[in-house]
Amino acid sequence: MAELFRVGDRVRASRVDPAYHTRLPRYARGAVGTVTGLLGRHPLPDRSARRLAAEPEPVYAVRFAAAELFGEGDHTVTIDLWESYLQPVAAEPGGAATGQSR
Amino acid sequence: MSADHAGPAAELAARVRRLEGLLEQRGLIDAVRLDRALGAFLAHASPANGARLVARAWVDEGFRQRLLADANAALPELGLSMGGGLQEQRLVVVQNTADSHNVIVCTLCSCYPLALLGPSPTWYKSEAYRSRVVRDPRAVLREFGFELEPPVTISVWDASAETRYMVLPRRPAGTEDLGEPALAALVTRNGLIGVAPL
Repeated sequence: MAELFRVGDRVRASRVDPAYHTRLPRYARGAVGTVTGLLGRHPLPDRSARRLAAEPEPVYAVRFAAAELFGEGDHTVTIDLWESYLQPVAAEPGGAATGQSR
Repeated sequence: MSADHAGPAAELAARVRRLEGLLEQRGLIDAVRLDRALGAFLAHASPANGARLVARAWVDEGFRQRLLADANAALPELGLSMGGGLQEQRLVVVQNTADSHNVIVCTLCSCYPLALLGPSPTWYKSEAYRSRVVRDPRAVLREFGFELEPPVTISVWDASAETRYMVLPRRPAGTEDLGEPALAALVTRNGLIGVAPL
């Protein structure tokens, strides 16, 4: 399966707060960032940690402005995120595909 | 934010010992082989490795470019690798410049390039560092005695997945005459994390 996103794409992190293990940091939920790198393919820990089948999927480096994450600050934070955590920003408004509009 | 790793260490150690005992009892692991594997990995895990990479990058422009473009491919040039664990880990080296600074963290736990930096310091695993450095890195660096004022921009790297990060610090002024070993001696662990200047 090909990567859904490319370097330079704008993406929004999922807003879902799962009841199980996840590697999507809470502070990034719902935030919009830019893909800056492709980091290989790895099984989604949200599934593998529950011993569910998890095919390797793309992992991306996504850069967020501090102001987007925290409402203030002039730095950036780059977070490594599995493809399942991301949706294209172009899919908005409404985020109809997943019903996760901010 | 997940629980603080620096918390009840004794309790955790007891659980690990108990688990190890059970695995051994049931013949699932061999204690001698486990000790040997851990010993071999830790014997080679040292910030001296990161320092050697930095010194080479300072004196060899081609190596610097290869290290930044694909660190895993460049490491074997110095006899190093990220393959000491269960699987080879991807390494990304991020470069400080006159107007941009990098600092690494793992907000979810304590991911760290152990092979190149040695065991991580306790503060790196503390909830205070992990939660605060992403939100206000300038304030955290100031507490390390490291003043970074605008226009220097700060990039924080949260190793939240399978990649490990290392900072390539700036070469200190007045070191033009030094050879690689002397340059490597200037590189500190905190410099490789990005919380101290060199």
